[in-house]
Amino acid sequence: MAREQNEKIASLEAFQEKIDRDEKIEPKDSMPEAYRKTLIRQIGQHAHSEVVGMLPEGNWITRAPTLRRKLSLLAKVQDEAGHGLYLYCAAETLGKSRMEMTQELLSGKAKYSSIFNYPTPTWADIGAIGWLVDGAAIMNQIPLCRCSYGPYARAMIRICKEESFHQRQGYEIMLTLSRGTKAQKEMAQRALNRWWWPSVMMFGPSDADSPNTENSVKWKIKRYTNDELRQKFVDAIVPQAEKIGLTVPDKDLKWDKKRNNGQGGYAYGEINWDEFWRVVRGDGPMNNERISAKQKAWNEGSWVRAAAHAHAIKKQTALQAAE
Amino acid sequence: MVSEEKESILWEVFIQPKNGLSHRHCGSIHAPDREMAIFSARNVYSRRGEGQSIWVVKSIDIVSSDPDEKEETFSSDDKIYRHPTFYDVPDDVGHM
Repeated sequence: MAREQNEKIASLEAFQEKIDRDEKIEPKDSMPEAYRKTLIRQIGQHAHSEVVGMLPEGNWITRAPTLRRKLSLLAKVQDEAGHGLYLYCAAETLGKSRMEMTQELLSGKAKYSSIFNYPTPTWADIGAIGWLVDGAAIMNQIPLCRCSYGPYARAMIRICKEESFHQRQGYEIMLTLSRGTKAQKEMAQRALNRWWWPSVMMFGPSDADSPNTENSVKWKIKRYTNDELRQKFVDAIVPQAEKIGLTVPDKDLKWDKKRNNGQGGYAYGEINWDEFWRVVRGDGPMNNERISAKQKAWNEGSWVRAAAHAHAIKKQTALQAAE
Repeated sequence: MVSEEKESILWEVFIQPKNGLSHRHCGSIHAPDREMAIFSARNVYSRRGEGQSIWVVKSIDIVSSDPDEKEETFSSDDKIYRHPTFYDVPDDVGHM
């Protein structure tokens, strides 16, 4: 028993040394079970977020105000589908099947980013999502390109390359509205008011309440803590809002020269963590709608999958008969 | 509702960016047959002109070396004479 224990400790230490040397971990390499589990959870949630993330925006494809906007939005939503697929295949390299992941999403067991449980009542919400939600996602995702797990890092590199247009198209929508009529500018401001706090919450609980962060940083899955990324996000967005004449809905927001190790940054108000946990636990404005939409799509696609499968078997049989 | 369905076949996808370069692994895809695998691989991995040729290979058909035998399989530290710097050539001979 003691020998087994010693071997386990030795292999954990060897793994940590490998990580500390900045070596990547590949699918067939040995890895601690907790590392595998953490990654499966994180990559799975990330994949589900991309997939569910298509719904709030998909809501506006048929009602986009111009053909140009419609083309961009369609391309963006198609990208999200692709990103979901890159990530599912990264999670599969860790031994979790696609079917299992699908099952967990449809049953409501799996989590995805709570941001997608908020509604998109106006066209300006599409601008706000691209600018703020994709902006926050990019902040999160850029450090993940250097994640210690090879397949995840490679998926993130592709995703980040493709995603840079998403935030620009969103900001362009907000810019156009803010230069438009009074009603259009008000619509943009109201969308910012709706999306600001949920976007700030996208980085997850504050470091003090984030039990997974320590291991994730040690294993170089995460390179920054939730609060560090949140600060970067606020610092980036505030001047962008000012530039287009919109007001960030936080009365406590002010420049604080002590932030970021004395380089200065924005101090922001108290986050409503009750709301955060309520939405995470399933009680957000759109949780049920999102899962129902995914279930409906899965069920309605069932005959297509069955037909494709039957066709594949038929062709294979014909091929074998010919041989 | 989901579990009744069979898991579809997993394919590895390789893309050749242009003539003169090799096909390079870029990810995987689920599809019931090879035509759909190529079709999906194109949609998922080449939305921005990333390539001009795609290979798909069933993942189970890939034979790989054992990562635990990396040392035995790939070690060549004891064969330094296979590298050019092993050989002494006077500096004034120039580039060789």
